[in-house]
Amino acid sequence: MSLVQMMFYLMAFITLGSALVVAMGKNLVRSIFMFFVTLFGLAGLYVLALADFVAVTQIVIYVGGILVLILFAFMLSGKEALATAGQQKTKFISLHNLPALVLAALFLVVMLNVVFKADINNLPWVKAAIATKNVVPVNGTGINDIGVSLMTRYLLPFEVISVLLMIALVGSAHLSRKEPVEA
Amino acid sequence: MIGLNDFMLVSVALFCIGLFIIVSKKNAIQILIGIELMLNAAILNLVAFGKYDRINNGGQVFALFAIVLAAATTAVALAIILNVYRRYRTIDPDKINQLKD
Repeated sequence: MSLVQMMFYLMAFITLGSALVVAMGKNLVRSIFMFFVTLFGLAGLYVLALADFVAVTQIVIYVGGILVLILFAFMLSGKEALATAGQQKTKFISLHNLPALVLAALFLVVMLNVVFKADINNLPWVKAAIATKNVVPVNGTGINDIGVSLMTRYLLPFEVISVLLMIALVGSAHLSRKEPVEA
Repeated sequence: MIGLNDFMLVSVALFCIGLFIIVSKKNAIQILIGIELMLNAAILNLVAFGKYDRINNGGQVFALFAIVLAAATTAVALAIILNVYRRYRTIDPDKINQLKD
């Protein structure tokens, strides 16, 4: 077993284990922090998939942005919200969670079937990419390519998403403002 | 090297955990976390397949856009959750059952 495979299994274990803890945890703050660990494990998986730039973006935006946002929204929303939301009496396997468990398990079975039937490694376009050496090299960096194609081929989506971020910023600021006292 | 199958298996498991969280949790913030897990499972697939597109970088660029979109979604969703809490004094989605004040 090579080092890369060992790292892959370690990262997959960390990711799935912490995601399971998020699913099982009763404490909201603890589940938010385990979500943090899940995101770090996913960043490691991206590195192993030869997408280092996406991994760094994942850490900067998800861990630095979204998670801090969730924590702030949670902590700023008052003590009673902490008290009511923090505790849940449901256990992982109980009659109460049974429908969710059945749904997730059936979905897992269906999707595993799809994955094993799809025969991904023999897809025609993947084979064509391997034949024409269109594969991201292991020892090189792909960041240059990403920068060039972001500014040429994907320029329109790039601009559109900046407008969308602006709209989201204004919209969330508008939504979360204090309501004026109505007479 | 690691095959595509391994990445897809991890992604499938993550997606199902996210689905379980969304259906079973009684707290809007935890449901948001479940949605983020499902999004991340999709992004993992994009990145894993993006390895075979070196010239156009389709997978990786799409993954970047998906991450940014997830950030925007989370900001708006948290603003909505705060508003709902202010109005109903709870963030349990089962108890929010009226549209008007």
